[in-house]
Amino acid sequence: MTLLEFTGCALTAFGPALSMFIVTIMNDPVRVIILIASSFFWLLSLLFSSIVWFVFPSKQQVWFGVIVSVLVQELFRYFLYLLLRKAERGLKRFVGHSLVSNNKHMLSYVSGLGFGVMSGLFALINILAEVGGPGTMGLRGGYSAFCIVSSIFTAFIILLHIFWEILFFHGLNTDNKNFILYVVISHLVVSEITLLNQYYFNTLALCIVFVITLSSGYYAFKTAGGHLPIIDRLKNQNTTTEAEN
Amino acid sequence: MRDSSSRSSSSSSNSKSPTRRETIPLMAAAAPRETSRRDSLTAQEEETLKYGAEHVIKLFVPVSMCMLVVVATINSVSFYNVKDVYLVYTPFHETSPEPSTKVLNAVANSLILMSVVIVMTVFLIALYKYRCYKLIHGWLIMSSLLLLSMFTCLYIEEILHTYNVPMDYITFFIIIWNIGMLGMVCIHWKGPLRLQQSYLIFIAALMALVFIKYMPEWTTWVVLFVISIWDLIAVLTPRGPLRILVELAEERNEQIFPALIYSSTVVYLMNRSDSVDSTTDSQNGFTRTWVEEHQQPQTEEVRVSRRLMDEEDKGVKLGLGDFIFYSVLVGKASSYGDWNTTLACFVAILIGLCLTLLLLAIFRRALPALPISITFGLVFYFATRGLVKPFADMLASQQVFI
Repeated sequence: MTLLEFTGCALTAFGPALSMFIVTIMNDPVRVIILIASSFFWLLSLLFSSIVWFVFPSKQQVWFGVIVSVLVQELFRYFLYLLLRKAERGLKRFVGHSLVSNNKHMLSYVSGLGFGVMSGLFALINILAEVGGPGTMGLRGGYSAFCIVSSIFTAFIILLHIFWEILFFHGLNTDNKNFILYVVISHLVVSEITLLNQYYFNTLALCIVFVITLSSGYYAFKTAGGHLPIIDRLKNQNTTTEAEN
Repeated sequence: MRDSSSRSSSSSSNSKSPTRRETIPLMAAAAPRETSRRDSLTAQEEETLKYGAEHVIKLFVPVSMCMLVVVATINSVSFYNVKDVYLVYTPFHETSPEPSTKVLNAVANSLILMSVVIVMTVFLIALYKYRCYKLIHGWLIMSSLLLLSMFTCLYIEEILHTYNVPMDYITFFIIIWNIGMLGMVCIHWKGPLRLQQSYLIFIAALMALVFIKYMPEWTTWVVLFVISIWDLIAVLTPRGPLRILVELAEERNEQIFPALIYSSTVVYLMNRSDSVDSTTDSQNGFTRTWVEEHQQPQTEEVRVSRRLMDEEDKGVKLGLGDFIFYSVLVGKASSYGDWNTTLACFVAILIGLCLTLLLLAIFRRALPALPISITFGLVFYFATRGLVKPFADMLASQQVFI
């Protein structure tokens, strides 16, 4: 049972991210490096929020720690954007071989995956290690759905980070404050809603987070140019004529 | 791709260069000449950088594999976690309950260990300088034999113990003989590149396990710190032993310690087998040298391996010693049972390696691979353990996701 639960939870949480990694990232060295760099940035953001939480006197106020952490994460997202912007000139050189710089959304997708995977791993990896151990259904007398609920949340968070990153970078690229505002607020909302989990309102929290994930996903899809091929072709023609002129 | 061209043209107000770049493919029909000229100008540069990125990954994979072996072993085989016997080089066993005494012990231990490393390094350089290739060769073969037979024996025995697998001595001996001899042939003579690389990784992992097992708790951390400083000094100062070694080898137009260094390319293998066949095996000797040094007194490995070099387009090389100490750090971090810490150290080390390779591309000379990575690793180890862990554990147990 432990092995089954371990496999199930691990694949629920990291299956989507793993397949995205294998299909889109693994074969391109530059993308792998960006992935690791962005996960390092997430790590830094966690470190800073932990320091703030550490010096913060009242450890009972979890919501405060969450707010700080979300804001710090968004700050580091911005730093990552600045860094990638600077590195872009270098990345441009790979154009012939790699798709990284051909598409800005590719850059934000890769770094979003790095952010998400790291955050997901930090949230779940210790729980998974316990689950794989000698039989623990319902940690510390908790309810038995603990692990699977955590895994589903982790999967959502990973996807959300990708969507947020795409929207956030797009907002910065086009100087559109709405995107950034949306990202920060939805991130805050998602994180604060997961506070309900400790009072066993799992289903409610899951539903809300699911809806937010779906809508962010749709928003990001549209932003990244999710439209019909015909429109694409038309736009390309326009660009070509512009260039010729 | 297509999409990007439309996108960047819309954002052309903020940045000129992306637009310019992206419209080029589209302009190909209109202005082929300009495009091709532009390409040819940067082609070589592109090639170099692309090559660089690929080599970063080619180092990431073996480094991660080495760490994986160590972490998996530490977490499944309890033998490597139990402290009972210690290295000869670490006479103080940190048994006192007082932190200050422990720190003193750790510092004394690491100083002893470091002086052994320094003496052995200088000895090796002296041997190399006066061309005692035979001696170095013998030394290396002896030590690699020792490592591949004795430590492998120990390792397999402990694994069998852990999983409760019975095995008779004859089978055991045949397995050890085959592993050891194949390894000796691959490392010192010739063999498929992949096999040779796996042997080098395996040796590094074994060595790291031995360090983790036989060094006292705090000494390990102090040693990691001191060794990265020694690395810095040995490679960068004008009279640093490793620098002298590199310069000597360049002067003599020889490969530097091919066997002590993990190489990401085939070129080196071919060089090596050629030289084995035809010449004085000076290079070959060195290759092994590296390996054997690890095994010898564990200390020596440190020095030669350290260097990370980029031999004009022949791929990036990383000393086995770097593998060992990266793995020691990650393995030690994982031995306390917190996976977040392990993960943080892993990412920090990879980022440090990335930065080192970036510096390598800038300076184009042998650089120490330990200082940046180990510093990052140590900082993240202590920060994660002290600051992040309580926060992350609280979030995980209350199912709060940030």
